[in-house]
Amino acid sequence: MGSLTRDGVGLISRRRLLQASGVALIMLHARPVLATPENLAAAIKRAFGSQRIQPGRVKIDIPQIAENGNVVPVTITVESPMTADDYVKRIHLFSEHNPLPDIVEFDLGPANGKARVSTRIRLAKSQNVVVVAALNDDTLWSAQALIEVTVSGCG
Amino acid sequence: MANLKVRVPQTAARGQIIEVFALAIHPMESGFRLDNVGKVIPRHIIETFTCTYGGKEVFRAKLHPAVTANPYFAFHLLASETADLVFAWRDDKGATGEERAFLKVT
Repeated sequence: MGSLTRDGVGLISRRRLLQASGVALIMLHARPVLATPENLAAAIKRAFGSQRIQPGRVKIDIPQIAENGNVVPVTITVESPMTADDYVKRIHLFSEHNPLPDIVEFDLGPANGKARVSTRIRLAKSQNVVVVAALNDDTLWSAQALIEVTVSGCG
Repeated sequence: MANLKVRVPQTAARGQIIEVFALAIHPMESGFRLDNVGKVIPRHIIETFTCTYGGKEVFRAKLHPAVTANPYFAFHLLASETADLVFAWRDDKGATGEERAFLKVT
């Protein structure tokens, strides 16, 4: 009997512990004000003006599921001969739901030979990332990828 | 301590496209994290990373807090001349890192 009571006590405290950790988790996630799709659109406009952006030419290699949002490898490739008169001059990576919509920006040119860049980024939660690439003829191309993030890279 | 590590091939044929790697040693504190008393840890990030080849800038990155700690970049270069590659970063407190590599083009 005594042992049953102890078990009961153990159960309740475990439940309380779970409740408490649940509250802690909610607090953890509520901390930064995350960007919204509207912020994303505004950031793209800030970077490239209101010029037309066409889908295509850009490829994003990123894991579909990122277990650790603190370190997400990403490779961006843009179809381009990278010659003196036809090259990618800028690649800009945006986030839909990080605290800030800008992630990283690259300036390239014909000296690169190939328009492919790799880096590692942080993602606060599951979301789309968007790449916009600007060519030397001022056309804009884009691609997006959806990533499921298991552990937040916020904070 | 070296705060920037790079990997560049020693030699390349003229016209060959080579891949280069750079790893900056930096906390990239996002400015969104709290310390154990709930105070915001101030932002401290690398803002720019550049690479010059033969004195000419061939790659530039502008970083935001969403780049990981110890930022890593891999990119490509068209081997055109025997010259130094100079990699450099600068953070928002004015600290810098630099590393050079010599590329022999045959």
